Amino acid sequence: MDRKRRALLRASSGLGVLGLLAAAGVIAPELAQAAAARAGFDARDLDAALAALGAQHAEQGAEISLTAPDIAEVASAVSVGVLSRVPGTDRIAILVSKNPFPLAAVFSLPEGTQPEVTTRVKMAQSADVVALVRANGRFHVVKKVVAVTIGGCS
Amino acid sequence: MMASPMRIRADVRDGVTDVRMQIPHPMESGQRKDDKGALIPAHFITALEIRHGERLVFGAEFGPSVSANPFLRFRFKGGAAGERLLASWEDNRGERRSDEVTISAAPG
Repeated sequence: MDRKRRALLRASSGLGVLGLLAAAGVIAPELAQAAAARAGFDARDLDAALAALGAQHAEQGAEISLTAPDIAEVASAVSVGVLSRVPGTDRIAILVSKNPFPLAAVFSLPEGTQPEVTTRVKMAQSADVVALVRANGRFHVVKKVVAVTIGGCS
Repeated sequence: MMASPMRIRADVRDGVTDVRMQIPHPMESGQRKDDKGALIPAHFITALEIRHGERLVFGAEFGPSVSANPFLRFRFKGGAAGERLLASWEDNRGERRSDEVTISAAPG
């Protein structure tokens, strides 16, 4: 059942908005391919998600600021901000280590867009929030422990 | 059911446009159960992009770990008061929505 559902998720992601734009010649095909593949989104643990993104050997990045609360008051909406000072940053991903699907979001930052993004994620339980940065084809990673006190949310 | 409009605010100051947006969407993970114990099917945004004219300024792929009614904030160089941004998303059911916003001069 679970396997069937995942296959369905993969199939239904299709070309996506980015793929359609690439087909129309609006954006670079590389970005569209990444979107079509949805690499890492069906991974069930953190290491598998990082590997799917090609980031299994990511360096521990000191030049990345990851902003997240020490204790999440509302597990269904935990604010996470990532600011990369690594030159050439063109992609930022946010993962939550113990969620059923750890990869939350992958942001593509074209030239001229600042390497900083803020969003909100769900947390199933206390876990590491992980920021992954791609710059000049190399990956950098930072983690922060976020405690979930009441319940949890998936 | 038609998806609700995105709430988008874009303010430009010193040549940098600051975008804050919230997208009404349930972002169901497929992990939750309803009152009767039946699994609620997954329903979440998979792809999002924002364009300034022809130029792509921001792209995102989402999984079900992004919160309901996703919030985003980012900044890009360029943009002028009165110009428009176009935001578009697609979800795992193939539903889509696009909304436009006019860039404002930042107050102060």
